[in-house]
Amino acid sequence: MVWINAALTAARPQAIGALLRYFRDLDTAEEAFQDACLRALKTWPKNGPPRDPTAWLIFVGRNAAIDSVRKRSKQEPLPAEELVSDLNDAESDLAERLDGSDYRDDVLRLLFICCHPELPQTQQIALALRIVSGLSVKQIARAFLVGESAMEQRITRAKARIAQADVPFETPGAPERAERLAAVAAMIYLVFNEGYSASGDSAPMRAPLCDEAIRLARLLLRLFQTEPEIMGLTALLLLQHSRTPARFDADGAVVLLEDQDRGLWNRKLIAEGLALIDKAIRHRQRGPYQIQAAIAALHVRAARPEDTDWAQIDLLYAALEELQPSPVVTLNRAVAVAKVLGPAAALEMIEPLAPRLSGYFHFFGVRGALLMQLGRADEAREAFGQAIAKANTAAEAAHIRMHLDRLMKDSDAAKTTPVKSVV
Amino acid sequence: MLYAILCYNSEDVVCSWTKEEDDAVMAKLDVVHQKLLKEKRLGPSLRLLPTTAATTLVKNQDLVIDGPYAETKEQLLGFYVVDVEGLEAGLEVARDLARANPGGAYELRPISLFLPGSGVT
Repeated sequence: MVWINAALTAARPQAIGALLRYFRDLDTAEEAFQDACLRALKTWPKNGPPRDPTAWLIFVGRNAAIDSVRKRSKQEPLPAEELVSDLNDAESDLAERLDGSDYRDDVLRLLFICCHPELPQTQQIALALRIVSGLSVKQIARAFLVGESAMEQRITRAKARIAQADVPFETPGAPERAERLAAVAAMIYLVFNEGYSASGDSAPMRAPLCDEAIRLARLLLRLFQTEPEIMGLTALLLLQHSRTPARFDADGAVVLLEDQDRGLWNRKLIAEGLALIDKAIRHRQRGPYQIQAAIAALHVRAARPEDTDWAQIDLLYAALEELQPSPVVTLNRAVAVAKVLGPAAALEMIEPLAPRLSGYFHFFGVRGALLMQLGRADEAREAFGQAIAKANTAAEAAHIRMHLDRLMKDSDAAKTTPVKSVV
Repeated sequence: MLYAILCYNSEDVVCSWTKEEDDAVMAKLDVVHQKLLKEKRLGPSLRLLPTTAATTLVKNQDLVIDGPYAETKEQLLGFYVVDVEGLEAGLEVARDLARANPGGAYELRPISLFLPGSGVT
């Protein structure tokens, strides 16, 4: 049964994408696919898998949906099971008619619908996981740490909005295709971040989101093999995910990059990610995902933390700032600057960000760490206090408390042996 | 007589396996690997990373293409394992090979698992 489930999961995006093109309605397409899966579970174990499972599922799903429409309108009986089960000729016929480019745009359209601009981000992700990935509502609810009925509602609401929204079904031209690709890439990145930003007790429950995002990125890349930004996105996700086994300690506390056991990093994911970023760079079309992947690549290429090429990371963040100016990017760059030029230069760089990042946990975390390095303990303590107030998870807060404890210890030590003068 | 056994499967399906399912398949395969190893019949075996990580060099035009070399007119005739810095160095090796043996294409695929095997000379 494992092979059938894997085949159904693999065929799902293409099959639902094609059914959506026929019926132009998400619910109908989804039901048609469900029907086809039920018939596959009945007939495949007996007859073996069809030569082209995706074409089989599209064909059977389409017939099932047409039948049920007819049945509802005319109360006609369904055709005999043997008629729909013996599909070899029809199936190869259909496979020939559906060429690769149809499939490609079907899948892209399906993904694009899930990240429709009228949907809030949380609904985009939930819808994509339900429709494209085929995760159950229960699985998605678990990953988002909400109740099943709340998640059911979220997905129903998203579908209702899509049904009312204007969804283009014609074959996209090159500019529309590029636009869709960018929107879909952003959605996949969001799915990944939902899984990646989790910590503590919730991390194991949310980790499948990272796997799913990687699967979607690989799917997209297989359809658009020459898009350097899609290579960059896939590489970025693979390289970030490669560090997952080392990111938390046994108690679920955050382990910083420089303290991680690099032996725990997943070498297979790293190899694939590095290969993809190598390929992407050959195209000489810079893009934000490629730059972020290149930064991640410099981290995983360093055998020890002290081998990290911080000067190069600083340059890459500068390039990213140019493409996508954002205070968060500048904040990240400041971490590299602190390593290259020292904490004073980094602090100078982040001070102007204060008004825009006044609600951002990491801003105060970085600021506190820089002040601590400069020996300005009182200001550091204040910054860490603000960081704790803005922490999103218990693990984040615990991590800052560790810094505070260290500060306290230092200041106790300073009382007995005054080596440092704290101004 | 030596044979290369080329493994074909749908990448979509294999990439849909969970880690547990993948591990289970590898464990089953390993039983066969061990049997063949004991019989000294297993040479180098390797599992390739997805074709999305592949790059193809078309030799006579020195044309580099993203993705695998999918033309069915030519068959896969053998493989090399090279330890190189990165893609550029790999392409240099492929160009050297291309000069010695023109025609067709070399597909550069990063390797995910390398089992050197033993017993075949």
